Amino acid sequence: MAKPKVATTSLCGCFGCHMSLLDIDDRILKLVELIEFHKSPINDIKKFTARCAIGLIEGGCCNDENVHVLQDFRKNCDILISVGDCAIMGGIPAMRNTIPLKECLEEAYLNGPTVYNPSGQIPNDPEIPLLLKQVYPCNEVVKIDYHLPGCPPPADTIWEALVALLTDKPVDLPYELIKYD
Amino acid sequence: MSGTLENTVKDICRSHSNDRTRMMDIVREVQARFKCVSSEAMDVIAAAVGTHRVEVESVVSFYTYLSEKPKGKVVIRLCNDIIDKMHGVERVAQAFSDALGIKFGETTPDGTISLEYTPCIGLCDQAPAALINDVPVTDLHRSIARQIVADLKKHMDPKRLVHRLGDGNNAHELVQSMVVNNIRTEGPMVLSPVNRGEAIKQALAISPVEVIRAVKTARLRGRGGAGFPTGMKWEFTRAATGEEKYVICNADEGEPGTFKDRVILTERPDRVFAGMTIAGYAIGAKTGIVYLRGEYAYLRPYLEHVLERRRNDGLLGQNVGGKEGFNFDIVIQMGAGAYICGEETALISSCEGLRGDPKNRPPFPAQKGYLDCPTVVNNVETLCCVTKILERGPGAFNEYGSQGSAGTKLLSISGDCKLPGVYELPFGIKLSEVLKQAGAEDAIAVQVGGASGAMVAPNEFERTICFDDLATGGAIMVFGPERNVLEVADYFLDFFIEESCGYCTPCRVGNVLLKERLDRILAGHGEPADLDYLQDLGETIKTTSRCGLGQTSPNPVLTTLKNFRSAYEALVKERDDGLQPSFDLSEAVGDAEQIAGHKSVHAD
Repeated sequence: MAKPKVATTSLCGCFGCHMSLLDIDDRILKLVELIEFHKSPINDIKKFTARCAIGLIEGGCCNDENVHVLQDFRKNCDILISVGDCAIMGGIPAMRNTIPLKECLEEAYLNGPTVYNPSGQIPNDPEIPLLLKQVYPCNEVVKIDYHLPGCPPPADTIWEALVALLTDKPVDLPYELIKYD
Repeated sequence: MSGTLENTVKDICRSHSNDRTRMMDIVREVQARFKCVSSEAMDVIAAAVGTHRVEVESVVSFYTYLSEKPKGKVVIRLCNDIIDKMHGVERVAQAFSDALGIKFGETTPDGTISLEYTPCIGLCDQAPAALINDVPVTDLHRSIARQIVADLKKHMDPKRLVHRLGDGNNAHELVQSMVVNNIRTEGPMVLSPVNRGEAIKQALAISPVEVIRAVKTARLRGRGGAGFPTGMKWEFTRAATGEEKYVICNADEGEPGTFKDRVILTERPDRVFAGMTIAGYAIGAKTGIVYLRGEYAYLRPYLEHVLERRRNDGLLGQNVGGKEGFNFDIVIQMGAGAYICGEETALISSCEGLRGDPKNRPPFPAQKGYLDCPTVVNNVETLCCVTKILERGPGAFNEYGSQGSAGTKLLSISGDCKLPGVYELPFGIKLSEVLKQAGAEDAIAVQVGGASGAMVAPNEFERTICFDDLATGGAIMVFGPERNVLEVADYFLDFFIEESCGYCTPCRVGNVLLKERLDRILAGHGEPADLDYLQDLGETIKTTSRCGLGQTSPNPVLTTLKNFRSAYEALVKERDDGLQPSFDLSEAVGDAEQIAGHKSVHAD
């Protein structure tokens, strides 16, 4: 039987969760015995060409492209996992949620104390994704099956959860792996 | 800083003995004088009473009747309770808004008139209603609203807006209000004619312990809603050690749909004060405090007059009723617009001059209440029952009602019924009988016990009003065939979100999450799993909240989920695309499209 496929993406995140995934170190060799990576920044596959068993989502949705990617993941993956606090509840990027979008852009590109922008333009190329009025956690955009909390979730947490899911066993996360204070 | 402000505020503080625990009186007076408690005034108050500025600011920011920014000379507070909404308050609101040229929450540019919404002001039986400063105006409609604004612009005197007087003491020269009592059934206990002095005479003829025994024999339970046995509460307070003890009358009737205490205080205040005096005798207290909700300030001069009359008659003051060594007097503490202060520990905080935050229990007020002294807090109606028990004996009291719920209950009935008003009925009466008396036979839903109570469906109208079945502090809101019970539940959530003191997370955040999910369902974006979510979250809020507000706030949702399941089920449907129907990309990206001047390539 073909190995189940796993896709990953980083939406409005810092790639820290992906780094944490790589922190499973040599266990990645065991992982590729269990699965095949499909669309993911790890192998730079850009498009879904096959159905995936699991999609790992890092980051929330801050722009229209994030939404598009996340909905694409939902369509092509059986199980979606929000990995890390940004995916689960917006995280640090969601700090802008109380400030109107226009003010955010003006602070970033016009008024901020370290801004050097002689043209006085706010970037506006059609290629640039448009920001949403606020940052949304993934489960407000599509249905999410599992949540792995942490900033980032430790490598062992990601490993244990993935292996449990792939071997169809109950996940056993000791307290140390899900406590964050 | 202006010298006059500083001196005036200092004078006000001095007139309250520079006493920090009198903070409510001080800030209320400053507010009345300057139409705000400004930053400068807060500094002066803090220095004068010897506290931190933040203490003053936390009080000012907590109560809706207090404000740091100046309000108009006249503040129009229009009640937008669910019952008022059913009676067309939106049209009245529009008329006020148009006539004044301002929106709600604003003050006219000349600083004369402010326009605000307020939750229930205890006038649901004559809705839509508003308070104009302290003056209630009732049965409003558009043309009256326009006339009120025109008159105010002429004379700025809310008292002159009263063109007709209500019945009974509403017409008393010290009340002069257009409020009507709407007493539909005058029962044998609370609303029966008062025989002044009789109950106190009977009480003083026996020992305090015997008084408590009489209250226990009568099986009196608290009328505020929780139904704690009154005699037991008194016994605990009597047994507790403390140099001073206090009796507090909870007249902060804030539960939406309740207005029976207003009627008692208007027509039978002597019975309330007698009950407090008897409680004072029973537990060994010298001072009683009536915590009167800010919305009933128009009754205060009359109540002070009644207290003075009792002093003159020897029913208050030194050696009450001729009993050597029994000294007892009553003061009135005004609230300032906070529903949570109806919760007894929050009420005590407020009396102490603090934010109306509930306190941790234990210790219970019976051990450590007002100023850490043993304190009894009783509802207005409970105290009336006490008076009647002493007057007529416990046997004459508990021959009414049911086994677990002795005596009568005052019900405030409002909404879709022909005869809204106050009914004194024996406990154990069927809800269907109550509805029949009120002319509400076509009700499709009845909210029993106010916002925090239960929404009852017609198949349960044969249930009885009593502590063991349908418990209520007195509110019965009737909803007719054209109402949507889910929208009613949604309104109640709005109310709790506004009135939560914010101290504990389950209540502060949980109610917002409940409302978001309910709104999602009402918008047609709900799924069957959302009903389980509402159930789980509602139960979590109930179990983990710190005080009665949070512990009851999910009730409208939980009881409609139970009793009106089909209304929810008709709105939710299973979806298989894995998307959240509540997320609308076009809406989320709209601002950016406008700023960028081009459309999103991903949005439809």
